[in-house]
Amino acid sequence: MTEAELRSRALEKLLQVAPDIDPDALDPQVPIRDQYDFDSMDFLNFAIALAKEFQLNIPESDYPHLQSLQDTVDYLVRHTGEQDVSS
Amino acid sequence: MSEFRLPSLGADMEDATLREWFVKPGDKFKKGDIVVAVETNKGIIDVEIYDAGTIEKILVEPDTRVPVGAVLANYVSDSTRMRISPAARRRARELGIDPVNIRGTGADGAITVEDVLAAAGPAAPSAEATQAYKPESSQETRREPGREAKPSSATELEPAAGMRQAIAAAMTRANKEIPHYYLSTSIDMTAVLHWLEQHNARRPLPERLVYAVLLLKAVALALRKVPEMNGFFTNGETQVHAAAHIAVAISLRGGGLVVPALRDVQMSSLDKLMTDFSDLVNRARGGHLRASELQDATITVTSLGEQGVETVFPIIYPPQLAIVGFGSIVERVRAVDGEPRVRSTINASLAADHRASDGHRGGLFLAEIDRLLQEPEKL
Amino acid sequence: MTTTYREAMRAALRQALQEDERVFLMGEDVGRYGGCYAISQGLQQEFGETRIRDTPLSESAFVGAGIGAALGGMRPIVEVMTVNFSLLCLDQIVNTAATLRHMSGGQFSVPLVIRMTTGAGRQLAAQHSHSLECWYAHVPGLRVIAPATLEDMRGMLRLALEDPDPVIIFEHNALYNREGELTEVAVADIRRAAIRRPGKDITLICYGGNLHKTLEAATASAESGIDAEVLDLRSLRPLDDETILASVRKTRRAIIVDEGWHSGSLAAEIGMRIAEQAFYDLDAPLARVCTAEVPIPYPRHLEQAALPQVESIVGKVREVMGQNV
Repeated sequence: MTEAELRSRALEKLLQVAPDIDPDALDPQVPIRDQYDFDSMDFLNFAIALAKEFQLNIPESDYPHLQSLQDTVDYLVRHTGEQDVSS
Repeated sequence: MSEFRLPSLGADMEDATLREWFVKPGDKFKKGDIVVAVETNKGIIDVEIYDAGTIEKILVEPDTRVPVGAVLANYVSDSTRMRISPAARRRARELGIDPVNIRGTGADGAITVEDVLAAAGPAAPSAEATQAYKPESSQETRREPGREAKPSSATELEPAAGMRQAIAAAMTRANKEIPHYYLSTSIDMTAVLHWLEQHNARRPLPERLVYAVLLLKAVALALRKVPEMNGFFTNGETQVHAAAHIAVAISLRGGGLVVPALRDVQMSSLDKLMTDFSDLVNRARGGHLRASELQDATITVTSLGEQGVETVFPIIYPPQLAIVGFGSIVERVRAVDGEPRVRSTINASLAADHRASDGHRGGLFLAEIDRLLQEPEKL
Repeated sequence: MTTTYREAMRAALRQALQEDERVFLMGEDVGRYGGCYAISQGLQQEFGETRIRDTPLSESAFVGAGIGAALGGMRPIVEVMTVNFSLLCLDQIVNTAATLRHMSGGQFSVPLVIRMTTGAGRQLAAQHSHSLECWYAHVPGLRVIAPATLEDMRGMLRLALEDPDPVIIFEHNALYNREGELTEVAVADIRRAAIRRPGKDITLICYGGNLHKTLEAATASAESGIDAEVLDLRSLRPLDDETILASVRKTRRAIIVDEGWHSGSLAAEIGMRIAEQAFYDLDAPLARVCTAEVPIPYPRHLEQAALPQVESIVGKVREVMGQNV
């Protein structure tokens, strides 16, 4: 899976949780909750969706790595074993 | 013939638009069945019926806006058809049996004491059956005179604006009628966060808990010690309830909030509470809250920690007796055993109805929440 | 000892006349003729014209005279031929006999016993057959009793004479010829209702002339597996609530058999008392078997059709028990 594919699927999960997010306006570098009304339950739902989608067990200590869309993509690259393809 | 009316789904609701019927004439329904979906300023709500019977006639078609109290359908209630002697009714109540399912052998097929005893059998009455016979709590539908006479233009507002108006009505009433007193205390959350970290580390993501769940459980358990925070003030009387149906304030995307209730929190395990809480938040935002969830809350908890707020000064949601507010978890320097230490703390605040309780009891209530949160493993 | 209700009452009168010199009997045709229903036959020869006195056909006058005699220290027994005729002396009974103790502040009492026949069944038509006991049972200051057994017919008179206030004894005319075994007279009582037949399923409340029909109905109901209790009121005023309620609380069902008309009847009063005090003990609607709301007809078949009968009581019992046929 390429980084672009990972990004697209992560964004899809994000929009499922928070349909009011405008993907074109979302700054991937800035934490999502600083841009949108995205609370801890939304985050939890997002994390659960990612874990299911990518067959990951995301420990609580990794939550800080999922704050912005770019952080999330980077995290997925590291943990899905797809980094060779992406770079 | 009985009438199924649009219930009030909270002090702030005036009307709703009927969206979908789940029953048609001739359909039988049980107590608690969802029969209709209505759209209110809180979104689409599934409305249950608190009787058993057969639908006779649908009176309101989908996409019609009707005021609270409007008759939506006529039905024949099983209870009106049920003939039961006074003695049998009393005995059934004593035994905790719902007579609906008993076959009557008396005059005109009435249920007699013998029928009740036969139905009871030799076994002891079950707790579930006892529950089934409890009178409904807070099922009153408020209908103020003149309300339906209001010009329809006043209600032809965008949903968000309608909700704003509804919140305004409820909070105005609260501030006008309820003599609030306010208390606040800072609670050390270090133990909770430590326990949570260890607990969640062993669990897959969907089974992990959020700290809010522990706060809710602590509030519910503290109500056992100070029950006069839990219930309603109606018609000049305080009605204290044993079961803690805790409403949680959930903000909605695009503004506004709903306060649906988690039922019997005092009896729920943390895992069940987490599942219920998560489900409630998702349905609050995605639609299909149930009418009962908006009707029978006995106390409210609001948490504004997400926005970095440290202390909440909440307003009671009438006719409840109290509301508990939690701010965000903040690291503060606290004296521990005479030494300055950095601890994770949360400010808990209480607004309570002075007609029902006094500050001393409110203080005990907050102190009990604090005490419970120092032993998270026991929650 | 085998005897009739008529002989039992005559024996009661004879005993009263023998035991107390203040006692005398007066009424229409009670002396030379021996009484319209032959109750007092032979008593005038035995006790003389001063103690068995024939009166003119003037109920108001001779009941009034009885009240005066009672006030003057006598113990009069006044016979009024039927309750229908007693309407002519209603003023004396209700306005005078029943009120004097109250209006004199307890200084006077009226120890008067009035005997009346009541009830239908003998083709005496609408002016001689009505059951107006409830009219008198309505009035404070009176005690109203109705013997239904031989023992009560024999023993109630003496107890009535012992009462310092006016007592009205209603004797159902259908009982007089009835024959039976008279046992101990001492069991008579004018204060407490009596359970004439114990049962567990339903209480049949009756009095006077309808006790035997009701007992027959209870026996017939037993064939359908219904164990009926039969309660004989004995006293129509005051009503023995305690015994009535105890029985109804046990059986949880009640039927009142009353030869009066439904409307404003004793049955209505008793039913209401049960509803007031034992509602939550009831397992079936209260019911009653009363007389059809017509003046009692003369033709035999119509008269019988108008009155409570064994069959109609049995039918009502089965209805209340849920055995609809």
